[in-house]
Parts: sequence; C-alpha cells; structure tokens
Amino acid sequence: MSHYTLDAKRLMCPMPVIRTQDKIAELQAGDTLEVMCTDPGALNDIPAWCRINGHEVVSSSEEKGEVIITVKVAAAK
Amino acid sequence: MAATQRKAVALISGGLDSLLAAKAVMEQGVHVEGINFYTGFCVEGHTHAIRKKDKAKPKRNNALWVAEQLGIKLHIVDVIEEYKDIVINPSHGYGQHMNPCLDCKGFMVKKAHQWIEDNNFDFIITGEVIGQRPMSQRKDTMPVIARESGAGDLLVRPLCAQHLPPTLPEQEGWLDREQLFDFSGRTRKPQMELAERYGFEDYAQPAGGCCFLTDAHYSKKIADLWTSRGERRYELDDIMLLKVGRHIRPKKHFKLIIGREEGENNFLSGYRKMFASIKTTSHAGPLTLIDSVDDELSDEDIELAAQIAARYSQGRTADKVEVEFTDKKGVSKLIEVTPMPVSQLDEAWQV
Repeated sequence: MSHYTLDAKRLMCPMPVIRTQDKIAELQAGDTLEVMCTDPGALNDIPAWCRINGHEVVSSSEEKGEVIITVKVAAAK
Repeated sequence: MAATQRKAVALISGGLDSLLAAKAVMEQGVHVEGINFYTGFCVEGHTHAIRKKDKAKPKRNNALWVAEQLGIKLHIVDVIEEYKDIVINPSHGYGQHMNPCLDCKGFMVKKAHQWIEDNNFDFIITGEVIGQRPMSQRKDTMPVIARESGAGDLLVRPLCAQHLPPTLPEQEGWLDREQLFDFSGRTRKPQMELAERYGFEDYAQPAGGCCFLTDAHYSKKIADLWTSRGERRYELDDIMLLKVGRHIRPKKHFKLIIGREEGENNFLSGYRKMFASIKTTSHAGPLTLIDSVDDELSDEDIELAAQIAARYSQGRTADKVEVEFTDKKGVSKLIEVTPMPVSQLDEAWQV
C-alpha cells in the first residue's frame, strides 16, 4: 500500500482523467493516488471515472483554484 | 453449457447514437466496454466552462456520463499526437470546414481494432447511421472505413445494420440481425424513440457532432494559424487557445488573444510564461496575449497591440490608457497609449 502523487495542473479535462487512468493502471490494489489539478471539471470527471471503474474517492477539495482528489485503487475486476 | 460471452468495444463519443448502439448490443447479452479518443478538438463542457457565465451549467464529460448510464467501463485514450497527421494530411480531404471526418473515423476504428486485438475482444461497435453525416456516414463511405481501418466485418453499426451487409458477429450468431436497426438519414426521431424505450433522458445531442473541427469559426482560426506560420502544424496549446478569447491579427506576424471575461482571463494568465502579454493598469480590462511568429516585436508592434488591448478595457473612451507590457522572459514596462477607435479596428483583423 503506497501513496503516490500526480501533477495534472494546467491540463484541461479530460487530460487529468486520462493521466489518472494511466497512472492507476500501474498501481496495486489498496494504493492511494493524490491528483492535483487546476481544471475544476476534474471534480466531476475523476469521481465519475472512479465510479465506473470501481475505485474509491477518499477525499476531494478545491481551494484557491487548485483541486486535490485522492483515489484508493480497487482490486482489478 | 452456455456459450462463451462475446466481448465488444464501443466507440463512445458522449452523444446519443453511440449510447444507443452500445445499449443495443448489450441487450443481446454481449459484454461491452467503451473507448473514447481525445483528439484535443473534442467539445468538452469544461472548455466552455472556462467562461464564467457558463459555470452555472452542469459540467460533465459526456463520454463518462454515457458509460455510467450504461454501467460499462470507459477507456479514454489520448491520441493528440497521432491525430495531428489526420488533421494536417487527410487522405480523403476535408468536409465543409476543417473536418477530416472520413479519415478521422477510419483512424478511430483502426485504433479500436488494435485495442480489441490487444485485449482479446471480439468486435467493434459504432453509433454511425447511414446518411446521417455528409462525409463519413454515407452508403459509399461506410465500407471505406471498415476496409481502411482493417476492422472489416468486425465493425458493427447496430443502428443501421440492416442496411449493411451482415458482419461477422451477425453471421456467427453472436448478434441477432433482426434485433438490430434500420435507421437512416438525418432525422433524429428513431433515435429519440429508442432512447425513450431504453429509458434514457438528458442525453447530449450536439449539433455537428462533438468536434470543434466541424465549426466554421474554429476552422477559420486554424487556417489563420497555419497561414501566419507558413506551415501546417499545431501544438495542443495552440488548439486549446483557439477555443478561448477574441482573436485579432493586426499584422501578419502577430495576433492578440483577448480575454472576453474573467474566466477566460484566468485561463489565459496560465500562458503568461509562453507569450508576451498586455494588461491595462489605469483602467480595468482584459488580459491580452500576443502570439507572434518570430518572437521579435518592435516598439511599433507593441504600441499597436496596446492600443487594441486598451480598446477592450474600461478606458476605451479615455484619452490615455496605461498598460503593462510583459515579454516572454517576464520583463515588464509601462506604456501609455490612446485606445484605438472602433472605426480604425479593421474587420479583416478579426480572426
């Protein structure tokens, strides 16, 4: 169970989702990934992508134009 | 013993047709997953959401929304780099604007075909409807897509399958042709009826598809970009910036990108390290980026740019407006200019 971070700042959606998807493909079940974005659309899209793929959004926040979303990786289905 | 469950990948744009096509195949017991290609030209709700006035509208990625409605996985693929060749050198040419629809569909189906080979899926689904789009969805061009993509008879178009020769999944009995459809033409009525039958509401129906390249204004801006550079090329930042602001080219070698409101100004400010910029200081006003071909802006160019930028500030009727010009290296200077009168703003400068 490791913690990773992903810098997706300045990328417009859906690029933060794509980067999240591709990074999570390399991680193990139970790992957490903290994604930093500036496109507020990520607040909708990354959780939507997680719901579709069964991953858990542990937390999400938006402050001063910066969005931080933490995802816990599910076991491969 | 039950037969092996067949697996299909559906091209999901986020629009209604691909939603219905995927659903029609799922209804026949096939395992379906979605694939969505991000070219950089996709009309995303969020790109509009840069503009503050649009922020009240729901922001969602339609492809993700469709996948969630269908309860399927969605694989989003970044094809920005590979896609450049499709836009710059389409072997079948462009449609009405800069839309290389036929090459584009062939490219996406080809990518999907590679994907099914890599992932052991059986066939490909698209939401194409014969006669619906003037370039790619015609009786004579739909077989071109199947052939040039290499997908051949593994490409199923459930919404108009009955107008086309039986595909392998139909021949093998993985799909019952009778339960596929015979839609054709530009009418949306059969799709809307089918959506109702399946219980889908609130789906996206963008006119002209989901791509900026079918947009006349956007296409004009790309053509201008290529003309000014003397070559047909682009980077992702270029095409993102074409979606934002007012574009004015007063001289061949530079254009101004002027924020139209706060959201766009914020977005443009993210590019201040890549472009020279102008901000009015004596009056409230937009942020203006200067996109120049050769980086060399003369004092005369800067003055002209400042006059135009001042024209779009609160000081447009003032005698003098003070602006801060900042070059790419971050070196700033203050200059005072007379805002350009509307009568001198040449219409031909508007990109």
